[in-house]
Amino acid sequence: MQVFLTLVRRELGSYFVSITGYAIISGVLFLMGLSYVLMLAALNGQPFDQPITEVFTTRGLFWQILLLASPLITMRSFAYERHTGTYEALMTAPVSDFDVVMAKFSGAMLFHMLIWSPLFAFPFILRHYSSEPIIVGGGPIATMILGIFLLGCLFMSMGCLASALTRSQVIAAVNAFAMGMLMFLLSYLSLLDFKGMDEHLMTAVSHISMLEHMRDFSRGIVDTRHVVFYLTLTTIFLYLNYKVVESRRWK
Amino acid sequence: MIEVRDLTKRYGLHTAVDGLTFTVGRGDIVGFLGPNGAGKTTTMRILSCYMPATAGTARVAGCDLFTEADEVRRRIGYMPENNPLHLDMRVREYLKFRARLKGLSVRRSRERVDVVTELCGLEDVSGKIVGQLSKGYKQRVGLADALVHDPELIILDEPTIGLDPHQIRSVRQLIKDLAVDHTVLISTHILPEVEMTCNRVLIMNEGRILASDTVDELRSGMSDKGQVVAEIEARASDLQLVWDQMMEVDQFDIAPVDQGYMRCSLTPMNGSDLRPAIYELVRERGWKIRELTHSRQSLEDIFVHLTRGGEEEEF
Repeated sequence: MQVFLTLVRRELGSYFVSITGYAIISGVLFLMGLSYVLMLAALNGQPFDQPITEVFTTRGLFWQILLLASPLITMRSFAYERHTGTYEALMTAPVSDFDVVMAKFSGAMLFHMLIWSPLFAFPFILRHYSSEPIIVGGGPIATMILGIFLLGCLFMSMGCLASALTRSQVIAAVNAFAMGMLMFLLSYLSLLDFKGMDEHLMTAVSHISMLEHMRDFSRGIVDTRHVVFYLTLTTIFLYLNYKVVESRRWK
Repeated sequence: MIEVRDLTKRYGLHTAVDGLTFTVGRGDIVGFLGPNGAGKTTTMRILSCYMPATAGTARVAGCDLFTEADEVRRRIGYMPENNPLHLDMRVREYLKFRARLKGLSVRRSRERVDVVTELCGLEDVSGKIVGQLSKGYKQRVGLADALVHDPELIILDEPTIGLDPHQIRSVRQLIKDLAVDHTVLISTHILPEVEMTCNRVLIMNEGRILASDTVDELRSGMSDKGQVVAEIEARASDLQLVWDQMMEVDQFDIAPVDQGYMRCSLTPMNGSDLRPAIYELVRERGWKIRELTHSRQSLEDIFVHLTRGGEEEEF
């Protein structure tokens, strides 16, 4: 546990001693601010029947932020250490492979949650200036946090795996982006209307749609199927990551 | 301290380390020599539990490398090749991080960081960022990192590479000081370094151990053919006649130097020492002599002699 916490601290700290961390934060803040303006514009024009969180995920730049920031957060984790050789120093300390994988993942998760945290100030700013109190419910905000957390788990575990597979941060980022993009684009399969397509297949396709998942989360619905979906995928990616780290033993 | 038996490591079809067997006693400073690609780094990586061997067993301080890897790692201080460090951390912060990573408690890690900071002469730079230090200081930080958990065995992979002579000297002195209560295993290309610091040598080539002995033993084993060099003031023809008549001399070579002196290089017939006979001869003839030496083979000669066979096969 001591090793794990030491490593998590180091991981999180490394974002703040390099320019990368601040670049990600400022980029994300800019896109969030832009989303806020877009949301306000959308809310101004029409009467709204959606929770404010849903407006953000549909009209805002939610997916762009997630898809672009995640690879940048995780690209450094393994690739940089392998590139500089500190990986060897790390792996010859009395630490287990499992600790290392979990610490890298947790460090990335903490940073991910940190950069999303300003988002939750927006509804309160809105509430302050809005005459209608209903638009900001505590429930949708809580499930939105859960949704961002679960999506983060998936994207961070994918990113860490991509980073563990290479020595180059750039390749790690590109691979992580490609994996994330693929997962995201699968959502659009459910929008296609194939004639004569098997009904079971259609159901299956609709269950892997991230857009659908996020719509539920942003409406304050916690569907355990979604939770299981993300946790399972995260576990699979972390397991693969663990195997990659372990592979130096049998390569 | 280290017992290695039949250690083998294969990468695919390539065998990097082939049936290595050696032991290192407690308190030894062992120099690990070999040309590039001889398998030194692989052996060190196996010993430091970075990766396991394909076959064979090894024990460090009585713990098996494979089954008790964590215990072994706790007892080893390993400085990898090129001394990788987190360049974005401050020296003290880095050492504390490493100490905590190696399982030391907060209090103990603070104590040990103080100890190694003083030992490695890092007091002046403890607040600086590692990436901004000179190479010599970085090397010392690497050493301090290897020492921070008070290991019994220290493994250093090319600790003096890329340092200037002053820095090499200070690192070398540091290693010597450590040897008082640690076992040290150093790999290096610099042979005089081994002669100066190590009391035992392991010479490796193509994954095999070619020699494992003390420097003196190796030397005495090799210098049977040692030549005697004498600088004598005499005529070349006289000298030639004399050496021809001398039974013990197998081969000789005479070359004129300055002021009428002749430099004679003599190879003895059966490993005997020619010096008393030569001195006796010179006195009898009334010649002048200004040098009479038995040329000792340097470690470099031994190294080249032992590892040459393999290189020739390669080309």
